[in-house]
Amino acid sequence: MKRARLLFFQILVAVVLIALWHVGSTVKVPAGFLSQKAFFFLDPFFFSTPFAVFERTWRDFATGVIWFHLGITLLETLLAFVIGAAGGVLIGFWFARQHVVAAVFDPYVKMANALPRVVLAPIFALWLGLGIWSKVALGVTLVFFIVFFNVYQGVKEVSPTVLANARMLGMSERQLMRHVYWPSALSWMFSSLHTAVGFALVGAVVGEYLGSAAGLGYRIHQAEGVFDVTGVFSGMLVLAIFVIIIDTCVTAIENRLMVWRPTSASSQT
Amino acid sequence: MDSGTAPVPIRIGSRHCAVALTDMRITFSGQDRDGFTAVDRVDLSVADGEFVAIVGPTGCGKSTLLNATAGLIAPSAGSVAIFGEPLVGLNRRAGYLFQAEALFPWKTALENVAIGPEVAGATAEEARGRARDWLARVGLTAFAARYPHQLSGGQRKRVGLAQVLIRDPKILLMDEPFGPLDAQTRQIMGNLLLDLWNADRKAVLFVTHDLEEAIALADRVVIMGAGPAARIIGAWRVDLPRPRDISEVRLDPAFHALHREIWSALRDEVIKGYRQTEGAA
Ligand SMILES: Nc1ncnc2c1ncn2[C@@H]1O[C@H](COP(=O)(O)OP(=O)(O)OP(=O)(O)O)[C@@H](O)[C@H]1O
Ligand SMILES: [Mg+2]
Repeated sequence: MKRARLLFFQILVAVVLIALWHVGSTVKVPAGFLSQKAFFFLDPFFFSTPFAVFERTWRDFATGVIWFHLGITLLETLLAFVIGAAGGVLIGFWFARQHVVAAVFDPYVKMANALPRVVLAPIFALWLGLGIWSKVALGVTLVFFIVFFNVYQGVKEVSPTVLANARMLGMSERQLMRHVYWPSALSWMFSSLHTAVGFALVGAVVGEYLGSAAGLGYRIHQAEGVFDVTGVFSGMLVLAIFVIIIDTCVTAIENRLMVWRPTSASSQT
Repeated sequence: MDSGTAPVPIRIGSRHCAVALTDMRITFSGQDRDGFTAVDRVDLSVADGEFVAIVGPTGCGKSTLLNATAGLIAPSAGSVAIFGEPLVGLNRRAGYLFQAEALFPWKTALENVAIGPEVAGATAEEARGRARDWLARVGLTAFAARYPHQLSGGQRKRVGLAQVLIRDPKILLMDEPFGPLDAQTRQIMGNLLLDLWNADRKAVLFVTHDLEEAIALADRVVIMGAGPAARIIGAWRVDLPRPRDISEVRLDPAFHALHREIWSALRDEVIKGYRQTEGAA
């Protein structure tokens, strides 16, 4: 499908959904039509209305209150991602090259990964306080495993022929790392980058939601506490915009670094 | 050796040989308890500067022989000697053009060729300069910035050839380098290879399943029998004049005589080989 057409349909979906929401929450079904009393299909008390949400979001940005919270969440997300990814790359490489270490730690890695990370949030709050670091820690536990498994796989899955060729070309163990294992691991890591960044954000927001004094998660939690549905939806909207911007950045970085990888787009042209 | 009619492989004094495989057996430990013996009792030598082609039915162990010569696998019995010295570990004097795709997919054609000198300690500038030179020799100057997936199969093989030759190995191992290419491209590539080899005569072990190609290129054609436990069942010297042109040499009556002679010996093995692979499948 052409880009313009695709964009048109994508926007169409949003317009239809918002229109349905708008009609459902603003047009009253007259009394005696379907029930004794007049009612809304989507009660604005529970569903708010699109205009209220947009207006609230606009006001938050215009007055600037949201920027501070957005900054906190962004900082937590970035820290969680950087620390988690760095740890995942290092440990992933180490395990992939040291079979004994990998074998010994294998059951514990699986155990740790199977643990629902939300249960760790109160522990991190206890250990690290209610500041940003307990949220960063939660994000790290999510990001680490994704990157770890992918780097591990990337190092393991290097084509044996490419590896043999590299050795025949005279590469030392260090040169193999740099010219073969690292690029291969990197390509696997990038295939999981979108997920990893997403999880970093989840860690930050969930952490804030469960206990903090700043950030988007905190804002949503606050709004919920006073039954301010408009505030909750507005928070979600900001979060969604935030995710799309981050994802676009990730895609741009990916396209720059992964030029060598055959893509469906380049094979068509 | 039970095939009494086949000539005995020509042996050259192993002191002068670039490659000397002596009574070599290679057994893969696998699912079977005793393992799978791919090749057995192989005697093969390649003199310095000699071009030897190995022909044999699929699955007979041609790649296995090259891997042993490259030092990627160790023989289960017998020995591999390189310029008179027993081979330990990787064969540092050999360049290996693999049967499967072996280019680094994350490097451009130029970077792929430059990696050899770079690894050997040349500066990046110097390595690139030499790589450009080699890309020109294989006719790929215009494709220097392409990644392997943006090149055709034949272009990838040429990059591979440049990648191996830039290191100036004393021994060149080539495993069906023109395998997936069409007939015309094979001839062009064959002539390119002969030109490069004429300019600098290395010892070459060239694996192919195309007997005509083997005769047209080589000084000596070695025929392997069908596996398992495949052996060399014969070797023929090719006394066609050099320098050769692949398409012209095929018109030579001596070429036809030799082809007929080798083929009559090979045919039975090929039929045997197909029967075995069919039985296994
Ligand atoms: N790692 C391995 N483990 C077990 N068996 C192997 C292994 N590698 C090769 N073989 C077997 O050894 C035999 C020889 O394999 P090889 O790859 O050398 O054949 P080939 O002559 O190169 O065939 P082709 O012309 O199809 O490339 C085959 O029967 C193959 O199944
Ligand atoms: Mg093979």
